[in-house]
Amino acid sequence: MKPYVPEYVGTVTKYVFVDSPNTTPQDIATAAYEIAQGVMIKETCFGCQITGTPEDVSRIIDHLRTLDPYRIFIKDRGFPPGDSRRCRADLGGARPGYLGHEYEMSFIRYISHGLKETQELTKASLKKAAGVALPLEEPLDADILEQLFSEEK
Amino acid sequence: MAKVFIYPATSLILSDLVERFGHEPLGSALSIREHVQTPGFDSPPIQMTAEDPQKGLKWAAVEVPSGIRGRMALYGPLVEEAEAAVIIDEPELAFGCMGCARTNELLVFMLREKEMPKLELRYPASKEEGVTFVAKIKQFLKDLEVKQ
Repeated sequence: MKPYVPEYVGTVTKYVFVDSPNTTPQDIATAAYEIAQGVMIKETCFGCQITGTPEDVSRIIDHLRTLDPYRIFIKDRGFPPGDSRRCRADLGGARPGYLGHEYEMSFIRYISHGLKETQELTKASLKKAAGVALPLEEPLDADILEQLFSEEK
Repeated sequence: MAKVFIYPATSLILSDLVERFGHEPLGSALSIREHVQTPGFDSPPIQMTAEDPQKGLKWAAVEVPSGIRGRMALYGPLVEEAEAAVIIDEPELAFGCMGCARTNELLVFMLREKEMPKLELRYPASKEEGVTFVAKIKQFLKDLEVKQ
């Protein structure tokens, strides 16, 4: 056993994702660099990662959101960028978390559309839109399951 | 500003929407960050320590696999802290290498049991459903402000 000395204590790391025909990850990273003031910015294929004090990161994120408000998405990250336990430069291959991001990015355009549409809704029409049911997946019918079993034979 | 637990706890969409509409999303990144930034003894690969499965005993019995108890050591405190929850029904991304099915079941059970405002829905599959999805979350989070 050896002592574990953490790096970047007191910082937060945020992912910035962009899925837009008008804004590229490079635009995002450049805009972030312009107001970075010492905050660590890492450009990635999907947007960028920002690591710094909570106040600094919040300031940069507020600015980035204005670039393409409906198509920029932000979430927290536990590990700092380049951490040897997670960085794929050390591990090889995509890290498991990217599969989750990849899955959500496959339909994030629906969320962008929803954000744009709901922005213009009045209180009453928002309530009406929220009242529409999102049907849950129907469970598999027992007869169909039985039929599938019999086909296996 | 309410603390809203998001399930799946790694969800980009839920984390963004909750923060965008003025609340604090509680996801796994917060617990992981706390672990990663706490000094101690080296416990590779992701700084889980031998103490974590013991902490998990608060939420899962001793005969439950240590993996679940270890994960509950991350999620349990967040659930206790949560004032509301947004839950996605059967999210595909929480299956397989993204997580542990039994932990997810226990987590959703704990969220449903806790007396707090909850919103359960599923991911959208079209533009129209996208509007409904965002409207539901926006309305839910606005109602939270009123209650507070």
